[in-house]
Amino acid sequence: MTEKTLMKGNEAIAEAALRAGCRHFFGYPITPQTELAAYMSKQMPRIGGTYLQAESEIAAVNMLYGASAAGARAMTSSSSPGISLKTEGISYMAGADLPAVIVNVQRGGPGLGSIQPSQSDYFQATRAMGHGDFYLPVLAPSTVQEMADLTYAAFDMADEYRTPVVILADGLLGQMMEPVIMPEKRDLSTLPAKPWATTGHGHGRAHNIANSLHLDPQKLCEENQERFQRYEVIKGKEVRVETYLTDDADIVVAAFGAAARIVRSAVNAAREKGIRAGLFRPITLWPYPAEALSSLGAEAFLTVEFNMGQMVEDVRLAVNGAAPVSFFGKCGGVIPTPDEVLQQIEQIAEGLGE
Amino acid sequence: MAQETMNETVVFQRPDALLPVVTNYCPGCAHGIVNRLVAEVMDDMDIEGKTIGVAPVGCSVLSYDFFGCDMIEAAHGRAPAVATGVKRVLPDQVVFAYQGDGDLASIGMAETVHAATRGENITIIFINNAIYGMTGGQMAPTSLPNQVTQTSPYGRDSQTAGYPIRVCELLSTLDGVAYLERVTVDTPKHVRAAKKAIRHAFDNQIQGVGYSLVEVVSTCPTNWKMTPQESFAWMRENMLPYYPLGIYKDVQAEGFANAAEAALARAKDCPMVEKVLKEGM
Repeated sequence: MTEKTLMKGNEAIAEAALRAGCRHFFGYPITPQTELAAYMSKQMPRIGGTYLQAESEIAAVNMLYGASAAGARAMTSSSSPGISLKTEGISYMAGADLPAVIVNVQRGGPGLGSIQPSQSDYFQATRAMGHGDFYLPVLAPSTVQEMADLTYAAFDMADEYRTPVVILADGLLGQMMEPVIMPEKRDLSTLPAKPWATTGHGHGRAHNIANSLHLDPQKLCEENQERFQRYEVIKGKEVRVETYLTDDADIVVAAFGAAARIVRSAVNAAREKGIRAGLFRPITLWPYPAEALSSLGAEAFLTVEFNMGQMVEDVRLAVNGAAPVSFFGKCGGVIPTPDEVLQQIEQIAEGLGE
Repeated sequence: MAQETMNETVVFQRPDALLPVVTNYCPGCAHGIVNRLVAEVMDDMDIEGKTIGVAPVGCSVLSYDFFGCDMIEAAHGRAPAVATGVKRVLPDQVVFAYQGDGDLASIGMAETVHAATRGENITIIFINNAIYGMTGGQMAPTSLPNQVTQTSPYGRDSQTAGYPIRVCELLSTLDGVAYLERVTVDTPKHVRAAKKAIRHAFDNQIQGVGYSLVEVVSTCPTNWKMTPQESFAWMRENMLPYYPLGIYKDVQAEGFANAAEAALARAKDCPMVEKVLKEGM
């Protein structure tokens, strides 16, 4: 299907997952990811797949754990409070090296927060999707097209590196409609073999075990070290970033996901006013495109987020004191406007003496 | 499976589905007996190669190293959800979970009840010894009133700590359930009955009868601070009156082919369900 279809972001994720070969979805109702689960509940029975509404997010993520251990491409989706509940199972999946795709259509927090769009789970997604020493690849779409493309890619990444992969979207991207070209349907016979899966050994091999328990501390240490070597491969091969007008930019504005759309408008407005501004948009939030950012010779950096300042810490780490880094954000479901971002850029430009 | 060598005849040996490893179970613990019974059933049915076991947190967590079939270690209480995921992907394989009382009836009660009410076609082996063993003997959801544990040092006070949960009785009200039986393993006769129940629970899965659970009333000599013999005596005297042995649900014995048929019959006066009956299953 190369024709464009008008779709909601949540539905684009669901359709792309089906096209990537996902046949098992486990969820629990929560706003604003609703359309994703509804789409799955409609489509899965038609293609012989599983849509299962679990009794809780905790159960859903553990069903995902079982389905993944059994070798299937499987997915769960939720929104911020539900993701917190899933983190137990995500940690176990990371520890057992099980692939899966986990979608967070973020809403405002903490607590029950709001149902409006937010980016306040950046820390959770990039630092602490559960207890223990691990990271997960985190992909941050900015358009409905990317909701589809990154979900499709996430299944391949999950299988290749044997890790859960997070799609960090938000309620704005989930609810909005845009034209999208869907990726081709994956031929299920071309999916990678999973000799480690617990599918029943058929007396043809030693028994497989999906497990994250290692009572011998040396063994656990070695398991973690092996996983971190894999992370280095991911850092080398999977970093994704979009830059816009950064080549000559004096001021680089870093933003991800839906916030980057607003920043792009602000950057264009700044250019019209003669301010050399550019947009730096990480697509992988982990691994963070730190080298791509630090290689930009900007005089000042601004980070814009739908939160109180989370990704700005990664920006500061990347810039490492070479230039001032400031932050502008709105939280709780309040969305900054392009004009507000432009004002921030103008203030920085004044400070730089332009 | 007896083998004749020279003039020796092997009449009793380790089941093939139990690996030749040393277990972590305490001396006198009944886990060893029940692990063995599950392995014997896998051997008898020749299903080890198509079975996936789920071992959640508790004394039996390391059973992934003991059973010869493919195994998954699950988070505390989550075995029924994990087993559900496996079974939905591999409906023709055999999936069982082996859970203790804290795991199944406390932290995992939601997963237990909902796997049962969904009628997941899986087999649950439930060890009820009225205490948390692995963590050193804390009060369990099935600890008896007045039972002394590390966290009920003056005896379980029902006024503040509530009452024990009778799992088979609780689950017997759910339409998704095909078979529930409570057994024990204190005598050879009871061990044979327990094996028969476990066999039935696996047979049910293969025949698609539905969710089956066998509760094994068991002991914990270490944390009960008794000898194995004293433990069984205490269990017979105190636990069996609270947790009577017997079959709590068996849809086949009631004349139904499976749990779904029994559920339909039970709700036959409900118009919504009647519609399903008229339109055919």
